Amino acid sequence: MSSWALTLFKRDLRLSVRVGGSAMVGVLFFLAVVTVIPFGVGPDLNLLSRIGPAILWIGALLATLLGLDRLFQADRDDGTLDLMLMAGRPLELVVLIKCLAHWVATGLPLVIAAPMLAIFLNLEPAAMGAVTVTLLAGTPALTLIGAIGASLTVSLRRGGLLLAVLVVPLAIPVLIFGVSAADAAIHDPVPFLTPFLILCALSLIAAVIGPVASAAALRFAAD
Amino acid sequence: MFQDISFHLESGSALVVTGANGIGKSSLLRTLAGLVPLAGGTLRLDGGEEDRATFEHAHYFGHQNAVKPSLSVLENLEFWMSFTNAVQTPDYEGAEILPRQALDTLGIAHTCDLPAGFLSAGQTRRLAMARLLVTARPVWLMDEPTSALDTASEKQLLGLMNAHLASGGMIITATHTDLALTSTQTLNLQASDAATQTIGDAFS
Amino acid sequence: MSIWDYANPTRFLRLVQVVLPWLTGLCVIAFAAGLYMSFFVAPEDYQQGDTVRIMYIHVPAAWLAMMCYSIMALSSLGTLVWKHPLADVSAKCAAPIGAAFTFMALVTGSLWGKPMWGTYWVWDARLTSVLVLLIMYLGLMTLWRTMEDPIRAGKAAAILTLVGALNLPIIKFSVDWWNTLHQPASVMRAGGPTIHPDILWPLLVMAIAFTLLFFVLHLMAMRNEILRRRVRSLRLRAAGAAQPGTVANATQPAE
Repeated sequence: MSSWALTLFKRDLRLSVRVGGSAMVGVLFFLAVVTVIPFGVGPDLNLLSRIGPAILWIGALLATLLGLDRLFQADRDDGTLDLMLMAGRPLELVVLIKCLAHWVATGLPLVIAAPMLAIFLNLEPAAMGAVTVTLLAGTPALTLIGAIGASLTVSLRRGGLLLAVLVVPLAIPVLIFGVSAADAAIHDPVPFLTPFLILCALSLIAAVIGPVASAAALRFAAD
Repeated sequence: MFQDISFHLESGSALVVTGANGIGKSSLLRTLAGLVPLAGGTLRLDGGEEDRATFEHAHYFGHQNAVKPSLSVLENLEFWMSFTNAVQTPDYEGAEILPRQALDTLGIAHTCDLPAGFLSAGQTRRLAMARLLVTARPVWLMDEPTSALDTASEKQLLGLMNAHLASGGMIITATHTDLALTSTQTLNLQASDAATQTIGDAFS
Repeated sequence: MSIWDYANPTRFLRLVQVVLPWLTGLCVIAFAAGLYMSFFVAPEDYQQGDTVRIMYIHVPAAWLAMMCYSIMALSSLGTLVWKHPLADVSAKCAAPIGAAFTFMALVTGSLWGKPMWGTYWVWDARLTSVLVLLIMYLGLMTLWRTMEDPIRAGKAAAILTLVGALNLPIIKFSVDWWNTLHQPASVMRAGGPTIHPDILWPLLVMAIAFTLLFFVLHLMAMRNEILRRRVRSLRLRAAGAAQPGTVANATQPAE
């Protein structure tokens, strides 16, 4: 990977970590979602440990969606996006790197926080590990698919909600295989590897479709 | 949007686009920058690199500064230096200078390590300007380049623009103020159906 | 002597310089005494054995988690009503300390609970309320972090802190109600009204030690924050100042 890619990656990472950045808000939101759900379904630990993987996955999905609207919008607001289009770098690659940086700043903290939040949901150590591994494999797909929504709504003032609506249907397969892989690790009948490999495949597919579609959308958004 | 616009610009000279507010000066520049697709017509840069689009030979210096307030001044500039692809044409002999040098030239070197959010409007504008100096590209598209600048900085900017022209670069700028550039043509946009354009040598 | 005498940050810093060593010393002594008492003087519990000693960390931490929020609420009043210039510094600096103590209370609580409940976490009313408090602390800290201008951030956070202070009793009540709805019997019996003096004394000393620790940390953090703001304004001024030698440069085109 050439040096401009590394510079872009480091810049995006810095921007989300520095003052005004929102890297940790996602984790906080994740914590809030996981805390709120028992208020709805009741504090029954058996129930919580049964639906725990699903809660964590939905929490991670929502937290990812929450942070996505700034992926391109901040750059558009101050004219950076125009210059990026003109910089003479392949836009698909630019999008991919931006997604990668965004995932490291917002997705990876969710993955790291997951085992801690799993304690609240009374998950067994094996389940904890399974959820964490599936999140590690699956959240990049959420970011990459979300990038499409982010670039489609980049020119809208309040695109955040619309983005969520656009992206949620696209993210359903990831959710299905993420949760079923995590469940498979806990309950024996289904092997863990089958859904997990499909999940990995979804991430890889998203790594292709996401940047291509979102680069196309960004090009149209410029005029 | 536009009808019957044609101009020919030699390297080493500038084109000043004038016209009333809302006539489309900015849109013209954005079209040249490749940000708005060309509805019809052609845009050619003789001697440009074959596999690059015309707009990739140009720097766009628009109303927005593309400066991130939470990054330091130097970080901002170094990012653009590394991210923007430098392009050379045979006629253009402009050299790239180092970020610190560019900041020094523009008189904001003392702010190097400060977050860019601490800069005043004029200083931010100069930081945006420094971007054009650290990556060599033959064409500068400048939209109201003198906005937010005081007289001294304006003079400095003119000096830089003239230096760019002298090294064989081209400048296309939309402006209301008279810029004392060495070699200028004027393109006057008018609202009539048959938008006429006057091209002439204003100064030489 | 009113708090208005210390509205001036410089005077406040001087006060901190005088008070801090004494306070630190007192805090160390209190901790030495408190830890000694809780480990060696206080008796084991006939059921829980040595596990009960977690209480000497847990209860003071929980106490501080609440005291810290009260101080923040008071500081927020100071920001919004009395417009004391150091009030938002105090509030901002109390938040991370409060969050740390709240976190400590949660961790010790769940460690204490493990042998009793068989799991690290139950959705017990008390624990859950403390968790909600932690989220509020973290939210406030994020609000401060996200806003660049400290004065504006201070005002926004003050409003949120006060709303939170009004809401906390309601939250506590709701959580209690929600909890009894689901499991009528309380899981944890913390002491009860009659506490044996052998337990009470170490607890009291530890509470004092923790409170002192809070003030030491709080004063240090406030000092740092004041200095940080000075650095910020110095840097702002540095950016505004013309570059040495620019005047000569500006008249002639560079290069």
